[in-house]
Amino acid sequence: MSFVDVAFYLFASITVMAGVGVVIARNPVHAALYLVLAFCSAAGIWMLLEAEFLAIALVLVYVGAVMVLFLFVVMMLDINLLQLREGFWRWFPFGALLAGLMVFEMIWVLGSTQTADVATAVVHGADYSNTKELGRLLYTDYVYPFEIAAVILLVAMVAAIALTLRRRSGVKSQNVAEQVKAKKADRLRIVKMPSENKVSSK
Amino acid sequence: MNLLANLIPASSEIFLLVMVCFILIADLMLTKSSKLFTYLLVQITLLGCSIITIVAHEPGVVYAFNNMYVADMMSDVLKLMSYLGVSMVLVYSRQYLMARGMFTGEFMSLALFALLGMNVMISANHFLTLYLGLELLSLSLYAMVALQRDSAVATEAAMKYFVLGALASGLLLYGMSMLYGATGSLELGAISDAISNGVQNKSLLAFGLVFIVSGLAFKLGVVPFHMWVPDVYHGAPTAMTMMIGSVPKLAAFAFVARILVEGLQGLSQDWTGMLIILSIASMALGNLSAIAQTNIKRMLAYSTITHMGFLLLGLISGGIEGYGASMFYAVAYVMMSLGAFGMIMILSRAGFEADTLDDFKGLNQRSPWLAFMMMLLMLSMAGIPPTIGFYAKFSVLHAIIQTGHVWLAVVAVMFSLIGAFYYLRIIKLMYFDAPESHVPIVVSSDTGLLITLNGLGVLFLGLMPGALMSICAVSVQQSLLLP
Repeated sequence: MSFVDVAFYLFASITVMAGVGVVIARNPVHAALYLVLAFCSAAGIWMLLEAEFLAIALVLVYVGAVMVLFLFVVMMLDINLLQLREGFWRWFPFGALLAGLMVFEMIWVLGSTQTADVATAVVHGADYSNTKELGRLLYTDYVYPFEIAAVILLVAMVAAIALTLRRRSGVKSQNVAEQVKAKKADRLRIVKMPSENKVSSK
Repeated sequence: MNLLANLIPASSEIFLLVMVCFILIADLMLTKSSKLFTYLLVQITLLGCSIITIVAHEPGVVYAFNNMYVADMMSDVLKLMSYLGVSMVLVYSRQYLMARGMFTGEFMSLALFALLGMNVMISANHFLTLYLGLELLSLSLYAMVALQRDSAVATEAAMKYFVLGALASGLLLYGMSMLYGATGSLELGAISDAISNGVQNKSLLAFGLVFIVSGLAFKLGVVPFHMWVPDVYHGAPTAMTMMIGSVPKLAAFAFVARILVEGLQGLSQDWTGMLIILSIASMALGNLSAIAQTNIKRMLAYSTITHMGFLLLGLISGGIEGYGASMFYAVAYVMMSLGAFGMIMILSRAGFEADTLDDFKGLNQRSPWLAFMMMLLMLSMAGIPPTIGFYAKFSVLHAIIQTGHVWLAVVAVMFSLIGAFYYLRIIKLMYFDAPESHVPIVVSSDTGLLITLNGLGVLFLGLMPGALMSICAVSVQQSLLLP
């Protein structure tokens, strides 16, 4: 068993264990952290396949940005775990039966035809750049789906703004220009009053 | 790679995208009262798209963008129909949305984005583009349903639609990845070739097929993947319900036809059996549940489930006749549902939704012409001659009898007989019951003209279906590469 094989099985088993952890963790924060672990080890597997760009993008984008946001949301929301778990055990036998049936069927269908022709990963030379290859493909062969994906992001942006931005009538807000323009005379009225001579002590 | 050769077939999509971006920006400059300008701009865009599609039409099948995009007769016909459909949705919903303060630039640009997604689906030749088009369409629709933020029902509908839609997309993607594993390609033509040349791992193929059919069934809304349809149709504002329930069915037909017929023709024995079960279950459950509804939007939702079951019958029978009948059915259904939802919006007014059956009571006394139009639409949905709905059902049943599934035709006729009850009940309510309210119905001239054209169109195309039917037959023959 070569080093690559050992590394693959190590990463793969960590990924699977982390995946199980995501599902069974009681605390949502722990579940999110398990997901981070799953992403990191999946990035390791991609690294073994010489897909450096994807590995780094996975760590940067998912672990660095998406999961941090996710953790923020999980921590900020006041989730009542007891309420979420209500009825869990009542439906557990039914759910477990369905899940067990699905797993059994999958094993039965896919396991019966164990094919030996699992393709081995292509090994490239030292001058191979995964990033360059991806970039070339994205902007030539796959330019059409790439553009549609961009439009989908635009729709997401339009939808997010349309759903969250609302101008309520009657809301007081600052007008900075007016504030800067204001002179002392506009706001302050000095009233001269003759001072009283005698201060009454009583 | 010749750049122009790629861009010209897709010119209508490019024009649409450019115009949506322009409308998005132009709309920001407009005040709330001048939204009519945006509306006109959208209608001009749709007209422009139609002209470009007709001008750029080339005989035969044209592939572009590394075989990911296909322009053929079927795609062009369906695109023209969807421009017309979206345009009608906007005309019908203008008054309704204005009365509710939702006639905004976002609504119109999201409708155009949804149209773009449909167009991408209609002329996709690759799993990647099929999926991305579907997501573009679905994402726009989720957002449209949620636009009415203050309504708890609409928000709930949007949430259900979003979660179940995401689940369906997941199933579809899982199935696609299985097929990729079995055939080594994502392009429909290459998958078809790989299957006909014999695939080693046949069970992997069947496994992927099950997931693909489940995902498609979710998107079409057929039993047992129909749970979201009544809730979403009921909860969404009627204008959005119309948008969800009408035009996307054209894209859904193209989607199913391209995946199952063009890509997986070699597995037709496997998927025909699955579709038969889905179709019978949809016709049974849809018709029986619709009887119990008192809300007309819910009733129409169950009727959609039934119609989709009928549409599948055409795909089951196969051949030019079967697929052509299916396409004809999709076009006919879009026309009928546009009219029916349009009628609900015409009868609604500010602060009042005419979405219960009781609101149709005595419509003949309040407005005889509208009642007559609604009668034509309901007769068409029930499949009674001489309307388009009759001919659509007739051609599907004819195709299925030709292939020898006589029992299937008998079952379908029996269930549509049961279904006739709830369509005829509306006619009875309109003509034989006393009206509950005497508020005058105000119809703006454009909406009135459109509902007239829609109702008479249903009648006219039922009397002379030949031209449309032959267009559908030629389209599927040419596009699905049938002998």
